[in-house]
Amino acid sequence: MRFKKLQVIFSLIVLNILLAVSANAEAENECFEKVSRGIFKFNQGFDNVILEPVAKVYNKLPEPIRNGTGNFTSNIATLLSIPNHLLQGELRLAGHATGSFVVNTTIGILGFGNPAAALGLENQKEDLGQTLGAYGVGGGCYFVLPILGPTTLRDSFGMIADNQYLDAFARVTWHEKEIKSLSGNKLDYVGVKAATAVDFRGDNMMNFESLEKNSIDLYAATKSLYLQDRTKKIKNKSSSDDDTWGELDK
Amino acid sequence: MKKKLFFLLSLFFLYYNSLLAVTYNSEPKIFIQELVNDAIKTLSDKSITVEEKNAVIEKIAIENVDIKALGLYTLGKIRKDLDEKTINNYQVIFQKYFLKSLTSRLTDYSSQKFQVIESEQKSSNYTIVKSKIVESINSPEIKVDWRVYTKNPQKPLIRDLIVEGLSLARTQKEEFASILNSNNNDASALINKLQEFISK
Repeated sequence: MRFKKLQVIFSLIVLNILLAVSANAEAENECFEKVSRGIFKFNQGFDNVILEPVAKVYNKLPEPIRNGTGNFTSNIATLLSIPNHLLQGELRLAGHATGSFVVNTTIGILGFGNPAAALGLENQKEDLGQTLGAYGVGGGCYFVLPILGPTTLRDSFGMIADNQYLDAFARVTWHEKEIKSLSGNKLDYVGVKAATAVDFRGDNMMNFESLEKNSIDLYAATKSLYLQDRTKKIKNKSSSDDDTWGELDK
Repeated sequence: MKKKLFFLLSLFFLYYNSLLAVTYNSEPKIFIQELVNDAIKTLSDKSITVEEKNAVIEKIAIENVDIKALGLYTLGKIRKDLDEKTINNYQVIFQKYFLKSLTSRLTDYSSQKFQVIESEQKSSNYTIVKSKIVESINSPEIKVDWRVYTKNPQKPLIRDLIVEGLSLARTQKEEFASILNSNNNDASALINKLQEFISK
């Protein structure tokens, strides 16, 4: 009980620091670029030796199996999207996500099918980093985590808080809390996260190859793409609002 | 006599080249559809070699992409501090770099189906054409927006490609900025990096 209280206090302190830092820092600023570049190289090695070969084998599996895996991991991620939609006051999207989870878990057989999409239910992914961003919290500085990849102060704080408090799947598996007789363990959590990563890597095989082949500074290109993607997700927009082109025409 | 012959030959080549130049519709949406159809037709043509395909794609790009503006944009604010000679040198290298990376990227995506969805005029200078690469067995659907420069309505030019909300020009600009930052904003360091890429 006391430990839990300490955890909440610690989280609030971290959030406070984060907000204070964000007021003065832009996301394109690096926290510790040299270290991040080193970790990025390590991650590239991990990708070359483990993730990419596994994703290549995965891509050879029959399409229904790959689709089923993608649907299953996406359905589990909905559990995190629902509270974040609510925190953002997006009641319509929270309703859609809840409906999608219920339909896919039951009719879609544990989420392997995606009948919710055919019913027109939207399943937009949200996390606490996006929620904080939607409330105007800046990214803070940028860094790279081993295996997990690019992040910012805001997004890494969000990831920890999601795991600790908001993600029902993480509560049942990683924290081994029983919810309505549902139980799991850390291996279930890691297994689903690994499947999500392999599915994503397999889907984007050509994009990764093209990026690697055509970049003159892959670290900077990856950083730019990560930050653009987060901004797009926070604003819930699919198009880029880059007004800096106007400067050229003056 | 020799001079006359040279002049006539030059005129002939100019005329011949103008016949080869493909002109597309000036309406941005149709312009993109025609241009991409042309590119896909070339890339999927099994009767021509890879070098011939690249030559056609490069010609389409030189005529329809605003490579000069793209080069200046990706150079960032430093362009204001550079002398004309350095800028010209950079532009020549940038064009080679752009064409090499473009042909390599397009070859990767050549087997996919493409659809133009709609266009949205942002200002008198810019129209965004929204399109998608249709879902295939190995790849999900990909949204691609084209930033078309329409200052001259008769000759639209592509300035950026925005794939799933991620701008390729902006990514390139930030990549270049990183190289410049780590070399005290020395443009020659960037030019050397581009040279390295071209000669790979």
